[in-house]
Amino acid sequence: MSPSHATETTSHTRDRFLSLTALAVLGVFLWFAHNYLSGYVIRILNTIAIYIIVAVSYNLINGVTGQFSLQPNAFLAIGAYVTAILALSPEEKVQSFIIEPMIWPLSKICLHFPVSLAIGGLFTTLIAFLMAVPVFRVRGDYLAIVTLGFGEVLQVLANNLVPITNGPLGLKGLHPYTTLWWSWGLCIMTVFCVVRLVNSSYGRAMKAVREDERAAEAMGINAFWTKTLAFTVSAFFQGVAGGLLAHLITTISPGMFGFMLTFNLLTIIVVGGLGSTTGAILSAAIIVLLGEGLRTFEEPFTLFGHYFQGVAGMRMVIFSLLLIVVMLFADRGIMGREEFSWRKLIDWARSLAGGARRGRK
Amino acid sequence: MDYSFILQQIVFGLTLGCLYSLVAIGYTMVYGVLRLINFAHGDLLMVSAYLAFYGIVIFHLPWPVGFGLAIALTAVLGILIDRGAYKPIRRSPRISALITAIGVSFLLENLALVVIGARPKAFPEPAVFVGVLETGTLRIPYMSFWVLGVTAVLLAAVLVVVRRTRIGMAMRALSRDMETVRLMGIDIDRVISFTFVLGSALAAAGGIMWCLRDPPLDPFLGVMPGLKAFVAAVLGGIGSVTGAALGGLLLGLSEVLIVAVKPEWSGFKDAVAFSLLITILLTRPTGIVGEELPD
Amino acid sequence: MVRICSLAWIILMVVGGPLWAAEPVLIGALLCTTGQEAAELGQKGLDGIRTAHKMQPTVLGRPVELKFADTKSDKAEAANAVARLLDKDKVAVVIGDMISSTSIAASAVAEGKGIPMVSPTATNPNVTAGRKFVFRVCFIDPLQGHVGAGIAKETLKANTAALIYDIAQDYCVGLAKFFEDSFTKGGGKIVAKAYYKSGDRDFRAQLSSIKAANPDLIYAPIYSTSCALVAKQAKELGIKAPILAGDALHTQEFVELGGKDVEGILFTDHFHKNMIHNELGKKFLAQYTKDVGKELEDSYTAMGADAYFLVLDAITRAGSTDPKKIRDAIVATKNFDGISGKLSMNPDGNPSKSMVINKVQDGKFVYVKTVEP
Repeated sequence: MSPSHATETTSHTRDRFLSLTALAVLGVFLWFAHNYLSGYVIRILNTIAIYIIVAVSYNLINGVTGQFSLQPNAFLAIGAYVTAILALSPEEKVQSFIIEPMIWPLSKICLHFPVSLAIGGLFTTLIAFLMAVPVFRVRGDYLAIVTLGFGEVLQVLANNLVPITNGPLGLKGLHPYTTLWWSWGLCIMTVFCVVRLVNSSYGRAMKAVREDERAAEAMGINAFWTKTLAFTVSAFFQGVAGGLLAHLITTISPGMFGFMLTFNLLTIIVVGGLGSTTGAILSAAIIVLLGEGLRTFEEPFTLFGHYFQGVAGMRMVIFSLLLIVVMLFADRGIMGREEFSWRKLIDWARSLAGGARRGRK
Repeated sequence: MDYSFILQQIVFGLTLGCLYSLVAIGYTMVYGVLRLINFAHGDLLMVSAYLAFYGIVIFHLPWPVGFGLAIALTAVLGILIDRGAYKPIRRSPRISALITAIGVSFLLENLALVVIGARPKAFPEPAVFVGVLETGTLRIPYMSFWVLGVTAVLLAAVLVVVRRTRIGMAMRALSRDMETVRLMGIDIDRVISFTFVLGSALAAAGGIMWCLRDPPLDPFLGVMPGLKAFVAAVLGGIGSVTGAALGGLLLGLSEVLIVAVKPEWSGFKDAVAFSLLITILLTRPTGIVGEELPD
Repeated sequence: MVRICSLAWIILMVVGGPLWAAEPVLIGALLCTTGQEAAELGQKGLDGIRTAHKMQPTVLGRPVELKFADTKSDKAEAANAVARLLDKDKVAVVIGDMISSTSIAASAVAEGKGIPMVSPTATNPNVTAGRKFVFRVCFIDPLQGHVGAGIAKETLKANTAALIYDIAQDYCVGLAKFFEDSFTKGGGKIVAKAYYKSGDRDFRAQLSSIKAANPDLIYAPIYSTSCALVAKQAKELGIKAPILAGDALHTQEFVELGGKDVEGILFTDHFHKNMIHNELGKKFLAQYTKDVGKELEDSYTAMGADAYFLVLDAITRAGSTDPKKIRDAIVATKNFDGISGKLSMNPDGNPSKSMVINKVQDGKFVYVKTVEP
C-alpha cells in the first residue's frame, strides 16, 4: 500500500466520522428543538428543510445538468395535491367541496401520511417522465419557456378540474403531519441521494452534458436519458417536498403554485451558486431566514427614538434590493460551483489559526 | 350566436390584443438585443399609469401633457434600469441577469406598494376617451378606436425605426453578433439604451391605455399583462417585432373569443394561450415569425 | 438626600407599580391589507381596529397591544401569518380576516391551537363550520343570499337573473350558490352564469354572454374593485338590467372607480353610518373623523371596530386572558350593543344580527332599510 493511498484511506475514515458526528449533532438539535423551542421556530425549521429538498433537487437539473428548466412549481403542485387528496379525511372533503362534490373513489380514500407522500413522489416522477419526452426536444430559453408553460397549464387544470382539486378554492383542513422528523429526515435523505448521484458516473455524465452536449454524445453518453434521469429524480424529491409543504401550511390552492414560486427557487439556487449542492443548501436556509427576519420591517418599530408604523411591502423592497446587489457583486452566487468538504474546512480553519499565530508574532 | 355578436367580440379581442402587442414589442426588442428576458418590463405599465395619474390628478396637467410626460419619464426609467441593474452584469452568466430582472420587477411592485399603498385608485378619464359608438346591435367604445389607432401608428413607427434608420440597423446587427458590432466602432451602450427607450415608451403607452380602458390602478397592475405579453412575444417568435405584434393579437382574440363563445370554458382561457405556446414551440421552435436562436 | 430619593422611589413603586407591572394583553389583527383582491377592505378593517383601540386602550387594567399581520389576500400567506401571530407573538385572541378565503385558511390553524378568532366580515359559512374557537360579528351568506333573492323578486321584480362571480374566492362562490338556491326555489330562473378569476379586469366577453341571455337582473357577489369594473363594462355593452350585489361594495373606492355607472346599485350590507343609535357609535364616528380627517364612508371600519369591542367585552366578562375563558365568554355574548347594531352569539359561532340594504345614489351610499332575520 503506497503512503498516499494510506492517507487517502485515513482521511476518508476521518470524513465519515466527522459527517456522522455532524449528523448526530443535528439530530440532538432537532430533538431539542422539537421538545423545547416554540412553534414559531419549529415552523421556520420545517420550511428550511422543505426548501433545501426542493433547492437541492432543482439544482440537479438546472445546475448540475445545465438544463434551464422552470418546472418546480408544477412538480411541487402535483406532489402537494396528490398527497393532500390521498391523506385528507372524507368528512373534510365533503365540507370543502362546495362547488361540486368530489368524484367517487377519491372522496372515500384516506391513506396514511407516509404512504400518500410516497405515492405523491412517485406520481410526480411519472408525470416528469411523460413530460421529458416532448420537453427535451428543445434547449436553452425555449426549454425554460416550455417548462414554464407546463406549469401554467397545470395551474389552469388544477383550477378547472373541480371534482378532483376543488378548483381555485383549494383544499383546506389538512392535518399538520409535517414534523421536524419528517421534514429533516427526508431532507437528509435527499441531500445524501443527490450527492451520491452527482458523484457517480451518472453525475459525471450530467456534468458532461452541461459543458458540451455534442461532445458528451460523441463520448457515448446518451444526452436525452441523462437529462431525463436528472429530471425524474428531481421530480420525485420535489413531489415529496410538495406533500410536506401542503401538510405544513395545512391549506393549498392552485394560486400558491404560480410561477412566482419557481422564481423564488431559481433565486435560491442562483444565489447559492448554480451547480453547487452546498450552495443550494446554504442559500435555501439564508433566504428562508431572511424572508422571516425582514418581517420586522413590516411591524411597528422604534429606531433612534422615532416610532415607525410598519409598512406592508417593505420586506420585499429590501429583499429585492439585496437580491440585485448580490447579483451585481457576486454574479456566480455565494459558492460558485464549489462544494463543501471536510478537508477544505480543516484547511481553512488551519489557515485561520496560522494567520492568527503569525499575527501574534 | 349571431353575426354581430361575433363581430363585437372580435373588436374586443383586437383591442385587448393591441395592448398585449405594445408590451410584447418591448420584450422582444430587449431580448433580441441582449438575450435577456426583461421581467421588469410589465411593471413599467404600472409605473407609467401611476405617473400619468399623479400628473393629471395631483398636478392638474392637461391630459396630453400628463400622458406625454408619463411616457417620457417611463422611457427614462427604462434607461436607468438598464444602466443600474443590467449593464454591470452584461458579461455575467445570463441566468444572473434574469435573476436581476426578477429583482427589479419585485422592487418596482413593492416600492409602489410602500410608497403609494394597496388601495386601488381611479384613473382619470378625459372626455374624449369616454363614450360608445352604436351601430345596430354593435357597440364599439371610443377607447377601442383609440387603442387600435395608437397601436397602428406606434407599430408603424417602430417598424420604420428598426428597418429604415441607422440606429435600427445597429439594433438588428447587435442581435446577430454583439462583438463584431463593437469592433465596427458602434457605441453599443447607446444602441442598447435606445432599445430600452423605445420598448419602455411603448409599454408606457400601453399602460396608460390599459388604465383608460379599465381604470383601477394598483401596484400589481403590470403582472398579468406582463406575463401575457411575454407569452405573446414568444408565440410570435421572440426577437421579431412583427411576430410580437401578431402574437399579441392572436392571444387577445383567442382569450376573448373562447370566453364569449363558450362561457363554460372560460376557466381554460389561460391554458389555451399556453397550450398554443407549447405546441408551437415543440413543432416550430422559432415561433410564428422568427429566426433560429443560439442554445 | 438619600432618604428623599428612596422615599420618592418607594412612592413611585407603590403608585406606578401596578401600571408598570401590568403586562399588555396581546390581540392579533390578521388582515388583508395588501394583495390584488380586497386590499381596501383589509385597510379599512385595520383603521377600525386602530380607532377602537384608541377609544378603549386598556382591559382588566392592562394595556392592550395590537399585533398586526398581513394575509395579502392569499390563503397560504394567511395560514403562515396566523401561525406567526399565535406562535411568535403569543396573542390571546385574533381578530380577522375581512374576507372569507383567508379566514377559512386561518381558522383551521387557530382552532388547532385553541386560540379564539373573531372575524369582522367573513360571511362564508365554512369560516365557523365545525369550529369551537372561531366566531364572527356579521351575518352568514345563506341568509344574505336569501335576502338578496327576496329583493330581486320583490323590489326589483326580477324573474330571471344572471350570475357573475370570482371562482377563486370562497365568498363569491358561496354567495352565488346560496342566491341561486333561494332564487330558484322562489320560482326565479338563472339564465346565465359567468365567472372569472381574481386579477382579471376585462369582463366584456363574460358580460356579452350575459347580455345574450337577456336577464332581468345581474347578481354580482364580488369585491368592490371588480364590481365597479363589471358595472362600467356592462354600461359600455348597453346592458340595461340592474345589478344587485353582496356586502363587499361599501368602500369609497367603489364609487370613485365606478362613477356614474354604479348609480342605483343595491346591495346587502352590515352597516350604514345613519343607523348608528348608541353612544359607542357616536363616539366612534367622532374619533374616526378626528384621526382620519374625513367622515366614515364604509362599513368595514365599523365592523373591524365591533370585532375589537366584542373581544374586549368578552375579556372583561371572562376576567382573564386565558384563551379558553375568552372563548366561553364570547359564546355567552347576549345583546352586545355594537356600532353596527345589537348582537347575540349562537353556539355555532355565528351571531343573530340584522341586515342592512344600502344603495348608491349621487355618488354616495344611501341607507334603504334594515332587514331582521
